[in-house]
Amino acid sequence: MRFFTYLCLGFLVLCAVSVTFSKNLLNSILIFMSYSLVMSIIWLLLESPDLAITEAAVGAGVTSVLFFVTLKKIHAIKREGDDGHDQNKTG
Amino acid sequence: MGANLFANYGEAVAVILFGIGFSNLLLQKNLIKKIIGLNIMDTAVYLFLAEKGYIEGRMAPIVVDGIQSVDAYINPIPSGLVLTGIVVSVSVTALMLSLTIRLYRRYHTLDLDEISTQLKKEGR
Amino acid sequence: MTRIRPDEEVKKGFAARFHNWLYGAEDPVCGHVEMMPQKEFIEEENSILERQKEKEELRKHIYDTEHNREIRVFRVFYKVMSVIFCISLIGVLLVTVSNLPSVGTAERPVNNEVSARYIEKGIQETGAVNIVTGMILDYRAFDTFGESNVLFIATCTVLILLRLDGDSKQKEDAEANDRIYEPKNDIILQKIARILVPLIIIFGIYIILNGHLSPGGGFSGGAIIGAGLILYLNAFGFAKTERFFTEKTYKWICFCSLSFYCIAKSYSFFTGANHLESGIPLGTPGAILSSGLILPLNICVGLVVACTMYAFYALFRKGGF
Repeated sequence: MRFFTYLCLGFLVLCAVSVTFSKNLLNSILIFMSYSLVMSIIWLLLESPDLAITEAAVGAGVTSVLFFVTLKKIHAIKREGDDGHDQNKTG
Repeated sequence: MGANLFANYGEAVAVILFGIGFSNLLLQKNLIKKIIGLNIMDTAVYLFLAEKGYIEGRMAPIVVDGIQSVDAYINPIPSGLVLTGIVVSVSVTALMLSLTIRLYRRYHTLDLDEISTQLKKEGR
Repeated sequence: MTRIRPDEEVKKGFAARFHNWLYGAEDPVCGHVEMMPQKEFIEEENSILERQKEKEELRKHIYDTEHNREIRVFRVFYKVMSVIFCISLIGVLLVTVSNLPSVGTAERPVNNEVSARYIEKGIQETGAVNIVTGMILDYRAFDTFGESNVLFIATCTVLILLRLDGDSKQKEDAEANDRIYEPKNDIILQKIARILVPLIIIFGIYIILNGHLSPGGGFSGGAIIGAGLILYLNAFGFAKTERFFTEKTYKWICFCSLSFYCIAKSYSFFTGANHLESGIPLGTPGAILSSGLILPLNICVGLVVACTMYAFYALFRKGGF
C-alpha cells in the first residue's frame, strides 16, 4: 500500500510539472483534470471518503467543465481545418 | 534539517506542489495558466491539512458496530475543514474565469504584458 | 389734407440737412460696437494630420517596450528573482516539514480533547453516524452557513460580470457564436442523456439524504445534482431547460434554503452557546429520519450547491439563465 501511495504522489508532481511546461492550453487543462482525479484517490488512501466524493464531483467535474467553457469563449479551441482565422491563444 | 523529512513524505510532496503552483502563478504569461497554478496551490494546501488528521491503522470516521472509543478512528476535524475549502475553491475559480472572459472581450488578448501596455497607453 | 411728399424730396429739404448737420450722418454707435460675425476658424487638414502623427510617434517612443533597456533588465531580474524566491520558499517549508512530528502517530498536538469529545459523544449529542457530517452541521454549523453564503455571493458576482441583458445585440452575437462549434440536436448525446440524467439525479438525492449515515452529505450530493443538470442542458438546449429552471426558481430556492438555515441556527449568536432544543427528536442512529436538524440542513446545503454549479455553467455559456 505504501508503494501505491508513493506512486500516486509521484504522479501528482509529474502532472504539476507538465502543466507548467505544456504549450497547448487544452492539453494543460486535461492534465489538470487527471491531477484532480488522482488527488481524489489520495483522499481515499488518507481515510477521508467525504473528501474523495466531493473532490471527484467538483474538481474533476465542475471546475474542468468551467475551464473548457472559458476556452471556448476566448476562441482558443481550434477546429480541424481552421487555418489561421482565429488567433491562436495557446501558450 | 530535522529527522522527519522522509517520514512525512506526504507533507513534503504537498509543500513541493505548493511551490510549483506558486511559480506558475508568478512566471507564466498566459492568464489561464496562472489560474491553473492557483488551483494547484489550493489542492496542495488541502493535502497538507488532511495529512494532519491521518493516524495509521485506524478507520475512517464513520461509526461501525457501535465502537466509539477514541483509538478506533482518525481525527475528523481536518477533514471537515477541507470539505468547506474544496467547495470554496470552485467559487474562486469561477470568479477568476469570468474576470478573464471580460478581460478578453475588452482587450482581445490574454497576455498580461500586452494588457498592461495597452492600459498605460490609454493613460490609466 | 397735406400732400405726402416723396422720400427723395424730404431728404433734400432743409429739415433733413439740419438734422444731419446736428447729429452726424451716421449713428456713431451703430455698426461699430456690436460683435461682428467672425471668420470661421478652419485649420488646415495637413497641420492636423501632422500634429496627430507627432503625438503617435511620441507615444510609441515612450511606451516602447521592445527596445526599452530598463524594461528588459527588469523582466530578466523579475524572472531570476521569482525562481530564487520559489526555490527558497520550498526549501524553508521543507525544513519546517522535517521538524514536524511524524505523520500517522497518535501522540500529536492535533489529536487533543476536542476530537476525543467529538468521537466519543458524537452519536449521543448529534445522532449522526457519520462523525464528520455531525461535526460540520451540528457542532460547527456556522462554518457551513458561512460557506453556503460564500457560494451565493460568488454566483451573484459572476452574474454581475457575465450577464447579457435583454434583447441586446451582444446577446444575439453570443448565441450565434455559441452554436458554431457544436451541432444542434446530437442524437447520441440525447439518447444517452435520457437514460443517464434521471440516474444521476437520483444518485445525488441518495447521497444528500444519507449524509449522516454514510460518506457524502450536502456538498457532494449537491455537486452531483448540479452535474446532472449541466448534462441535461448540454443535451437538450436552453429552451427545454428553461421550462423548469428559470431565474425565479433559482431565486426562490436559494432564498428559502439560506433563510431556513439562518433561522435554524443563527439565533445562537445572541443566546450564547445555549441554543434552544429544536424539538425534532434524535431518533435511533442508523435510521434515515434521525439526528434532529441535520437532515433538513443537509437538504438546504445540497440545494444551494446544486443551483450554484448549474448557475455558473449557464452564466458562462449563455449570459443568463
